[in-house]
Amino acid sequence: MTLKFNGKKPSRRAFLQGAATMGAGLTLGGQARAADPAIAVKPWMQELGDGVDTSPYGMPSEYEAHVKRRNVEWLTADTVSSINFTPLHELDGIITPNGLCFERHHAGVARLDPREYRLMINGLVDTPMVFTLEDLMRFPRENHVYFLECAANSGMEWRGAQLNGCQFTHGMIHNVMYTGVPLRLILEEAGVRTAGKWLLPEGADASAMTRSVPLEKAMDDCLVAFKMNGEALRPEQGYPVRLVVPGWEGNMWVKWLRRIEVGDQPWHHREETSKYTDLLADGSARRFTWEMDAKSVITSPSPQAPITHGKGHTVITGVAWSGRGTIPRVDVTLDGGINWHQARMSGPSLEKSMHRFYYEFDWDGSPLLLQSRAHDSTGYVQPTKDMLRKIRGENSIYHNNGIQTWAINAEGIAENVEIS
Amino acid sequence: MSRFLKAALFATLAAGTAQAGPLGLGREALPEEIAVWDIDVRPDGLGLPEGSGDVATGELLFADNCAVCHGDFGEAVGRWPVLAGGEGSLTNDRPVKTVGSYWPYLSTVYDYVNRAMPFGYAQSLEADEVYAITAYLLYLNYIVDEDFELSRDTFTQVEMPNEGGFFMDDRAEVELTQFSAEPCMSGCKTEVKITARAAVIDVTPEETAAKAAEQAATQADAAAAPETEPETEVAAVDPALIEAGEKVFRKCKACHQVGEEAENGVGPHLNGVIGRAAGAVDDFRYSKPLTEMAGQGLVWTSDTMSEFLLAPRSYIKGTKMGFAGLKKENDRAAVAAYLATFD
Repeated sequence: MTLKFNGKKPSRRAFLQGAATMGAGLTLGGQARAADPAIAVKPWMQELGDGVDTSPYGMPSEYEAHVKRRNVEWLTADTVSSINFTPLHELDGIITPNGLCFERHHAGVARLDPREYRLMINGLVDTPMVFTLEDLMRFPRENHVYFLECAANSGMEWRGAQLNGCQFTHGMIHNVMYTGVPLRLILEEAGVRTAGKWLLPEGADASAMTRSVPLEKAMDDCLVAFKMNGEALRPEQGYPVRLVVPGWEGNMWVKWLRRIEVGDQPWHHREETSKYTDLLADGSARRFTWEMDAKSVITSPSPQAPITHGKGHTVITGVAWSGRGTIPRVDVTLDGGINWHQARMSGPSLEKSMHRFYYEFDWDGSPLLLQSRAHDSTGYVQPTKDMLRKIRGENSIYHNNGIQTWAINAEGIAENVEIS
Repeated sequence: MSRFLKAALFATLAAGTAQAGPLGLGREALPEEIAVWDIDVRPDGLGLPEGSGDVATGELLFADNCAVCHGDFGEAVGRWPVLAGGEGSLTNDRPVKTVGSYWPYLSTVYDYVNRAMPFGYAQSLEADEVYAITAYLLYLNYIVDEDFELSRDTFTQVEMPNEGGFFMDDRAEVELTQFSAEPCMSGCKTEVKITARAAVIDVTPEETAAKAAEQAATQADAAAAPETEPETEVAAVDPALIEAGEKVFRKCKACHQVGEEAENGVGPHLNGVIGRAAGAVDDFRYSKPLTEMAGQGLVWTSDTMSEFLLAPRSYIKGTKMGFAGLKKENDRAAVAAYLATFD
């Protein structure tokens, strides 16, 4: 069956109508049912395929080429100091594939030669130290799955529904398994002095990214990581070494980590004063808002992933996470919050990691207002955007963890909206 | 011996004595090594180097190194950061957060200019130059007079207008209890209305669902017809060199565009630059020295481009191009070959 579009630019609507027609032809009614042309002897059933090593580093199917990170061009002046977005609407489970993890650079991707990699520890330590990559590999290693969310995720949505697609509203996040050395062990090699209370991790890229991190966090669960999902960090994620600061805003996870200074007070550098501070309506600003609040989003259906099958059995799925623990529960509503239903959690439930939820129902084809609401292990419940605005106003850019609404129309098309 | 092993051995030799940490890993850092990387500055002035610079010197340096993105008076070009103005705007609908209106500490300005600016040529400024540029930024924000000189000694005397505008994260007190109530599960509202729609604002990038759907349909349709993107036609040139040039060109992309729909950005677009007279892109404001050299007949060939890129600021003294240059001859040849593929 051929799908043809009229006019120059095929619209999503045209595609959906086409898809609906196709579905109808195959399944509807008992009369004049045509045999499915897909059930035939196809070329791939007869001809030999590629041998091993055709693609020594395997890539996704050519039919998945649309599953990729995307940029919102008007957001920033240039791609070297910019962000792109993880295609959440195309993913399932809890792990983000390495090549789809969103990127955020402040001076482009630094290309480090691992043989010239050095990690320096200096400041209020007994012995300032230098470690090579090989040195780091000799420390005891740990494996942990953590989400990394940019503090600005959903930041464009403070003033109202703006972008049509959960990739753009919620895609500044990824969730991978890190292999690395507890930062505590590295600091112990240098010996932190009693006066040392703060750390300043610094990147080796041309922005020389720095953030002040309290020592307690470093001694608790920070990792100096060199692998993601089992393989070396991708260049755009800080190859060969990045800092992992579980549950805290992504900007602190310094990539291309070259140095950690120990001090007795914070540094108040650019990324913790001019940026990544939350301006409130009265003109004052919160600083050091490190923890990421519990949050969730329905990834399908969503504006980039409409319902194409018509009414009947329908799967709603999404992700939830919290910087303070696990997500034991997610609620889903179909009617804009009049009635809520507990979703089904599936997959590992790990501290400060993404969780996957599902809600299946029989869709009667009438319009829906979909929302999800995360509960974390501390008892915190994801608030509405209006609850957040009441406290923070509309200028804070960062830390928008409000409930997201998708309006689904009778054709199954989803739109980003706000509701009363 | 592999290169890696050699490097590792070298590192061990340079290492000196093994240390007394619990695991005995790593080596002691030398003071001169720490001095190279430890450049951070704190609000109390810790980390500031010796040096000084005044507003007038800062203005000249700013025009040469910063104004291409930030504008002559910190007003910004395009989407690059605004550095001056915005006083009293923090409670507005559209607050303008600048050095003067928002930044709490002067040390942040010095530290950031020193570590990350000029964009694409970081850590190239001398201490006196950073002091001068910082002084000029204070002047642009009406914090100091035009005859002000900033030095390590005067540094901590400067108070930023919004220093008191920040407070520690108080979500634990203000939000967590309120947001931890057991929520309603049924009959929670009587009616629901849509109050805002993203489609009304319509700022979602093109090539999203519609494009994806189109791709999926076309692909499902035409079994396996590989996607053919229009490729630049290249005749009698080395494809490997051009490919290498494309990589090198990443260093240029912050300011220069090439290809279809290339426009002037911080720098002029570079379509057709090889084989063309210098300074010939309409609507681009070239520096005076470049215009003068163009007047003397400078034409961009692979050779002149390579010479220019070796040391841009020596080749055209006073060029607005804030780029250190390409030291490797291969890189210069490659980027010229790459540029030659765009008409």
